[in-house]
Amino acid sequence: MNPEIGHYALVLALAIAILQTVLPIWGARSGDAALMRVGPALAIAFAGFVALAFATLVAAYVQSDFSVLNVVENSHSMKPLLYRITGTWGNHEGSMLLWVLVLAIFGALVALFGYNLPASLKANVLGVQASVAVAFLLFILLTSNPFIRVVPPPAEGQDLNPILQDIGLAIHPPLLYLGYVGFSITFAFAVAALIEGRIDAAWARWVRPWALTAWAFLTLGIAMGSYWAYYELGWGGWWFWDPVENASLMPWFAGTALIHSAVVMEKRDALKVWTILLAILAFSLSLLGTFLVRSGVLTSVHAFATDPTRGVFILAILVFFIGGSLALYAWRAPALRQGGIFAPVSREGALVLNNLLLTAASAAVFVGTLYPLALEAFNGEKITVGPPYFNLTVGALMLPVVFAMPFGPLLAWKRGDLAGAAQRLMVAFGAGIVIAALAAYAQGGGPILAPFGMGLAAFVVIGAAVEIFERAGFGRVPFATAIARFRGLPRSAFGGALAHTGIGICLFGIIAETSWNAERIVGVKVGQSFEVGGYELTLARLEPREGPNYRDLVGVFNVRRGGVDAGTIESAKRIFTARNMPTTEAGIRTIGFSQLYVSLGDELPGGTVGVRAYWKPFVTLIWLGSIVMALGGALSLSDRRLRVGAPKPAKKPKAAAPVAAE
Amino acid sequence: MTRKGRRLLLIGSAIGVLGIACGLVLFALNDTIVFFRSPSDIAAERTAPGTRLRLGGLVEKGSVAKADNTHVRFVVTDGGANLTVNYVGLLPDLFREGQGVIAEGVMEPDGTFRADSVLAKHDENYMPKEVADALKKQGVWKEGEATQ
Repeated sequence: MNPEIGHYALVLALAIAILQTVLPIWGARSGDAALMRVGPALAIAFAGFVALAFATLVAAYVQSDFSVLNVVENSHSMKPLLYRITGTWGNHEGSMLLWVLVLAIFGALVALFGYNLPASLKANVLGVQASVAVAFLLFILLTSNPFIRVVPPPAEGQDLNPILQDIGLAIHPPLLYLGYVGFSITFAFAVAALIEGRIDAAWARWVRPWALTAWAFLTLGIAMGSYWAYYELGWGGWWFWDPVENASLMPWFAGTALIHSAVVMEKRDALKVWTILLAILAFSLSLLGTFLVRSGVLTSVHAFATDPTRGVFILAILVFFIGGSLALYAWRAPALRQGGIFAPVSREGALVLNNLLLTAASAAVFVGTLYPLALEAFNGEKITVGPPYFNLTVGALMLPVVFAMPFGPLLAWKRGDLAGAAQRLMVAFGAGIVIAALAAYAQGGGPILAPFGMGLAAFVVIGAAVEIFERAGFGRVPFATAIARFRGLPRSAFGGALAHTGIGICLFGIIAETSWNAERIVGVKVGQSFEVGGYELTLARLEPREGPNYRDLVGVFNVRRGGVDAGTIESAKRIFTARNMPTTEAGIRTIGFSQLYVSLGDELPGGTVGVRAYWKPFVTLIWLGSIVMALGGALSLSDRRLRVGAPKPAKKPKAAAPVAAE
Repeated sequence: MTRKGRRLLLIGSAIGVLGIACGLVLFALNDTIVFFRSPSDIAAERTAPGTRLRLGGLVEKGSVAKADNTHVRFVVTDGGANLTVNYVGLLPDLFREGQGVIAEGVMEPDGTFRADSVLAKHDENYMPKEVADALKKQGVWKEGEATQ
């Protein structure tokens, strides 16, 4: 396909987005139903043109069209097909186009599935959403056009950064963007509500599915990014508190708070103004993340190119949308009617506590991430805020959140019974104490953190199960009734419990890995052995191998435990020929939930090769727990009450369709 | 409890949480930030032994000495001053002589620097921003100059 088609489609998309910003909102203000109805059609057309532009760029990459500058700079004809496709968004211009594509998809989904929304709200939502699209399309067309041609075209491209030539690039950015950009919809809903000056519990019911979708994708996106960094960078770390990671964590905290406060708003008509603010904050933090990553103020693997005009442009977008929405909030929010009072000890109270602590954690990450940038701007002093800061602040703030987590769902709305909840959680307490004791025994002394954290994780997991059993009434009502009630529980109840279980699993993995991991850095010759985490590793041989666009030096290790053969691990040093750049391909062997991790260093004098080996107990639980969290979100989403297009009970419910029991 | 009392309690607990968060942030910032220094800065300031900092500069050509027990010694220079760095561990993939490097660790009493981490770069063209600034100050490196 001709790249000019893509360029032209983008320009058309910009024109459509401008219309979509103006017409529906104007229609909503003047009460013109015809103008309001234009919104959905424009949103779908917009998505079509952006998709066409994106497909054009993908085609240019697949065909290795080196007349396109973007392809020349980031591709190579020898690259495998998968990486030629993923390379489309493995660079600044392409990733911004993906950003806008996701934005367009979400807009089209609102247009297609939002037919139960009031016409004026829908019109305003689509209008606000389109305004974000206008800003980012202008950004792409004016500063980051992926369709620029080169004359004459070179014979070969410069290849993609080898670190990005990985399946992770196919998974991590699209998932993360579905999360980041998904919050644009909740933002649009919040701003639309402020424009209308009216908000009620129904609003929360419309917003919750979008917030849940964005949150689940963001959770997966962050987890997959973490796993990718873990196996690709060769350092065995899964979280570095790198500013770029923090940029994704801040909207995650805000989004987590949002999906909880939206529940209060839907059920109890309370916390309305606060929920609106959270919806604005979640997307503002997403925009901030985009700014930090894309503007080049930070140097990292994510900052593909540093061009000051781009930074200033994104900063302008950031100031306009965050400043504008907060100003609108300050102006209109006081007019929104507050409702629903509750006692401090109640479900609402617990959710308020959750919200306070999550936003405080988000703020702590914000300060730690931006303080060095601010300090350098003011007095030129260069500092680093490292992991100890984040571990201390986020850890201390998350501890009460995790501890309170099983209590919240057991408290009644309006006025709860804390002692009763504690009593019903006795089983979970017991499980926690047993696990803590087992952990302390396994550890045999040492820091108290590990047993305590693992006990807490068990408390959360069992607590989530207790919640479901309590709601079904097992032990209080006849068994058959309890079974019937259990089957009748709304899927959002199971979703919430599953997500909480995921937190517990993830916490267990984090605590086990940080307290019990073992690391060995040694120089070994072929035939020599060393020990890590109770496993004996022998370097069997070093062999060179040829890949399509790289050369490998592979170290093959035999693994033994207690004299018994436990397989082999292959770890490689990879040289990409086009850029002559080495990467480390860590060798990982998963044993149960734990992993042996081996990465190869340089060849040292005396024929030895440097080896870094880790034993990472229960490390996979960190990512498995995150996946369970996202599954919990998906399960909640499948709850009929929340389904975007089905406000009323369907005529023919499926066999397993739950009955709303609340 | 009255409606007003409840609201006060809500606001009170919000302020409480914020207060605790602020306290934590200030305490943690005070304790855990690490300053960036170039070899010239360290020479000028006579940095006390035991001070934790991030050292940045260029790896001096021909200075890298590796032993077979993964002990590495190299010299970091910014053109104005040199500093010897000792490090036990594997060097990042893109560690090369003549290129930018950032090492985090502590000053030793003998005036050398003991690094516990040497930072990996993600790209062969990437010059850590702090290093580029430090080098510009010493007039060694100019904007736009190739870093290899």
